[in-house]
Parts: sequence; C-alpha cells; structure tokens
Amino acid sequence: MAEVRHTIERPLSPHLGIYRPLINMVMSIVHRITGVANYVGALLIAAWLVAVAMGPDAYATANAVFGHPLGKLVLVGYSWSVIHHMLGGIRHLIWDTGRGLEIGAVNALCWTTILGSLALTVALWLAGIAARGGL
Amino acid sequence: MSMRTPLAKVRGLGSAKSGTEHFWLQRLTAVANLFLVSFLIWLLFTLAGADYDTVRRTLAKPYIAVLLVLLVLSAVTHMRLGMETIIEDYVHSEWLKVAALLLNTFFAILVGITCVFAVLKLSFGA
Repeated sequence: MAEVRHTIERPLSPHLGIYRPLINMVMSIVHRITGVANYVGALLIAAWLVAVAMGPDAYATANAVFGHPLGKLVLVGYSWSVIHHMLGGIRHLIWDTGRGLEIGAVNALCWTTILGSLALTVALWLAGIAARGGL
Repeated sequence: MSMRTPLAKVRGLGSAKSGTEHFWLQRLTAVANLFLVSFLIWLLFTLAGADYDTVRRTLAKPYIAVLLVLLVLSAVTHMRLGMETIIEDYVHSEWLKVAALLLNTFFAILVGITCVFAVLKLSFGA
C-alpha cells in the first residue's frame, strides 16, 4: 500500500504506551522477541555444524568461543529463548484450537510460559553441570 | 473487451486459494519443531564437552543426520515465515519492505543450505 501522508492531527486509538502491562500482552511481545533471537541464534547452530564439518581445528576454535564465559552467557540466553518460544508456541497451538481463551486460562497459560521456560532452562543447565561435574 | 462477469474473473483467485498457506505452514513447522528442537537440545546436551571424534561420529550417524536435516528445513521455513510477518507488520516503506523480505528469504536459504551441507559432508565422508 502507498504511504499515507498525515497532514492533520488525527486522534489515535490507545496503544501500548497507555496500558498497564498485562501478562498476556508481555508474553505476546516476548514471543516475538524470542522468535527474532532464535532467528539470529540459528547462526550459532550453523557455525557449530560447519566447525565440526571443517575439522578438529575449527571445532576447537568453536569450543573455545562457546566455552568462554561470554559465550556461555549467550548460550544460556539462547537456550532460554528457544525454550520460551517453544512453550509460547504450544500456548498458541492450544489457542488455535479455540480452547483456553477464557481470561483465567489465558493468564494461567502465559504464566506457565514464562515460569516454565525459566525453570526448564535452569534445570537444563544444572543437569549439564551435574553431568559434567562443572560448567 | 471481456464478456466475463466480474465474479467469474475473481472466482478461484480469492484468499481461499493460498491465503491460509502461510498460517498453515507456520503451524505445521511449529509442531515439527517441537519434536525436532527437543531432539537438538538433547543432542547438544549429550555432546557438550565431547572430543572431536565423538562429535563427528555422532553427527555422521544416519538417524542423527536425517533428524538434523529435518530440523534445519523445518526451522528455517518457520523462521522465514515468522520474520516475514514481523517485516510486514513494522516496515511500512514499500521498497524497504521488499528488500527486507528478499534478504529474509536469502538468509533462511543460506543458513539452511549451509547446515544441510555440513551435515551431509559429515555423513558422506569428510
């Protein structure tokens, strides 16, 4: 569509800035943000696969980058982003069936997404630390 | 001048033809990703800290390689569709939008083919 030039000040319908943040609206925004993060994060997976395909030297370099404290921080964040987007995706698939759209259910599903994603991420990394006896 | 009525001209060209394709493919790949991404998390979890030969041999296993290729195809399709929606929502300048949509598709294909090539190289002999 062509760009519309606004010459007169028109009244705007209330948008994000005017509402108190609600959990469903925050989760909707976070779902989008984590989607973008996962999009960029796909490069990490690609880099890792390419490093393995290239050989031991490239693999060692990749391991050094991912093993650096900053690299680990990125991986923790990326794993949370992926898990959060998965749980948010399940929520959306439930909503797609027309179920869980009552306000109580909506809030419960949204809280499950954020709390569940944090819990699963912590559990995943604690399990990893336990399995290897260190981070 | 065409003798066809306006209705006859548009019949079969409405949203019912392909309008739900984007929505449906996004859901289809979402469901696939639930399983395939879970597999990836498990794979990376088991391979974290492993030496090179273990990782190479694991990724070369047929069932691992097939699942990885499926994951890559499903994931890049899903992320391309998602980014497409975001671009259409926020980029209002027409030429910028078209450029962003093009780059989005190029990026998804580049990431996808690169990953698939790496996996196949490991499987078929590196």
